[in-house]
Amino acid sequence: MKNRRLLLEHVDVPGIDGIDAYVKHGGYASLEKALKKMSPEEVVEEVKKSGLRGRGGAGFPTGMKWSFLAKPEGIPRYLVCNADESEPGTFKDRYLMEKIPHLLIEGMILSSYALGANQSYIYIRGEFMYVLNILEKAIAEAYAKGYLGKNILGSGYDLDLVVTPGGGAYICGEETALLESLEGKRGNPRIKPPFPAVKGLWGCPTVVNNVESIAAVVPIVRDGGDAYAAIGIGRSTGTKLISACGNLARPGVYEIDLGLSVEEFIYGDDYCRGIANGKQLKACVPGGSSVPILPHFLVTKTATGEDRLMTYESLAEGGFASGSMLGSGGFIVFDEDQCIVRNTWNFARFYAHESCGQCSPCREGTGWMEKVLSRIEHGQGQMRDIDLLADINKKIEGNTICPLGDAAAWPVAAAIHHFRDEFEWHIKNPSEAQTRNYGLIQQPVVA
Amino acid sequence: MSHTSQPVFDPNEVVVFSDSMIQQMNEVVKKFPQDKEKSALIRILHIAQAEYGWVSVPVMNKIAEFLKIQSIEVYEVATFYTMFHLQPVGKHVLEVCRTGPCMLVGSDQLIEHIENKLTIKVGETTADGMFTLKTAECLGGCGYGPLLQCRNKYHEHLTIEKVDALIEQYRNGEIQ
Repeated sequence: MKNRRLLLEHVDVPGIDGIDAYVKHGGYASLEKALKKMSPEEVVEEVKKSGLRGRGGAGFPTGMKWSFLAKPEGIPRYLVCNADESEPGTFKDRYLMEKIPHLLIEGMILSSYALGANQSYIYIRGEFMYVLNILEKAIAEAYAKGYLGKNILGSGYDLDLVVTPGGGAYICGEETALLESLEGKRGNPRIKPPFPAVKGLWGCPTVVNNVESIAAVVPIVRDGGDAYAAIGIGRSTGTKLISACGNLARPGVYEIDLGLSVEEFIYGDDYCRGIANGKQLKACVPGGSSVPILPHFLVTKTATGEDRLMTYESLAEGGFASGSMLGSGGFIVFDEDQCIVRNTWNFARFYAHESCGQCSPCREGTGWMEKVLSRIEHGQGQMRDIDLLADINKKIEGNTICPLGDAAAWPVAAAIHHFRDEFEWHIKNPSEAQTRNYGLIQQPVVA
Repeated sequence: MSHTSQPVFDPNEVVVFSDSMIQQMNEVVKKFPQDKEKSALIRILHIAQAEYGWVSVPVMNKIAEFLKIQSIEVYEVATFYTMFHLQPVGKHVLEVCRTGPCMLVGSDQLIEHIENKLTIKVGETTADGMFTLKTAECLGGCGYGPLLQCRNKYHEHLTIEKVDALIEQYRNGEIQ
């Protein structure tokens, strides 16, 4: 199957959530290979060679993150899996954990071995309690087969793996907030440095990786880092899970080869099959709610007329003026009937709700933006509100401990940048805006 | 920031955890290293909420006693995370996702429909104590919206008809 190559290859096999079917389809072979034939350093080396970049959204090279881990004598090191998937538009990790939990568990054991961790944690958002139950069942199976516990496969390597839930807080997807939460506290992000690689969980060196990044270690060890790096384009190597949603004919989770064209992804038969109900594309947020929105004419082509590709680089082509980001792979599509003002207000409300309240620019700024956008949406906006939003934006961006502030500011800035006419139309025609949609914006004519 | 309302406090409430709860709580504590028992707190709050439907101040005090931490350490966590109900709620809490991707596929209309059907507003409980309606921020089911969560269950691809049927099933005890 074109849209499920490495991670989701066996996702449709009946019973693949159980260990027997998983092993029958090649499961835990990577683990055997690593424990019997490879040193931890060799596993790290393969991950470096693979070019794998953090799949949670930041896109930081996983192998490099691993190499930063401090290794002082006599102090435990921890691997923590970030399964707090909460970025609006993103539901790929949930899909992977629910359908093929052993892939994450095998990845956790491999990665823990590579890092020299003997105790690892999967921190999963509290709303996914049913997925936590699936993972705990799979972990019990792995213990029973000797893939977890003492002296795994006779290698002398010991590992215990625990899943623990959050309680409903977007901010806990930020790695230091996650660690605070894992310690049983409020999810307030920590000031960095020190980075978790030096002082993480309970003050010990810790690596925090996204579910998909950890799962990708399984095919990387099986096939070698070079084989993984052969998929994709440039610094965007391997496959990526994209969770597609919004007004698509076939929303869902797809595993794509990085480098696929956006055109093919939205309209291709193997992927989303176009916009639902035969409507036209109005806009797209390609990497989760925090990344800049693109108007229809910048989705499949860049500003310079090149084909836009599903890679970290191509989606960012044009910077904030005409590009966006691959982010977490939360691909949100808007049809011609959707209102950009309402959606921008909706996202602003989300960030205002989810701000932890620690930093004033974010706590006050997100709430203020939400109020201003709400009054524009509800027919009480004034022209000066548009510049006011831009001004609040600038005061949040870069002035907070964690990136939630930026994540709240960027979508508003991009929406105003690309859809200013629609915001102005809302303000000038408050009653009409309640009853009809602005429609598509025109592509600016470039002389 | 999650909770704005004050937790309800009945000073006369005596809380005794059942044996099954204590057993579950002990199992959670065992998952963490010695002296790191506080890491079990969030899961224990989930266990308590599953038992009582919500988390009262006396319940939180009892959890603090169990984990040998200060009560304030439990309060500050319970008030931070949005899943914990600090007020009594109905037998079934319907939490409808209202964030962007769900809005694109009709969550606003769904919420309005449930409000009208149950004649309550978001945040309120029906007079018979059967349902509480809440909204939630992104539940991570964006491709399967609109959706709602009720305890550990996700109900996805909802339509007006499906949600009507769902409410009846909960009312008749066909879904627990």
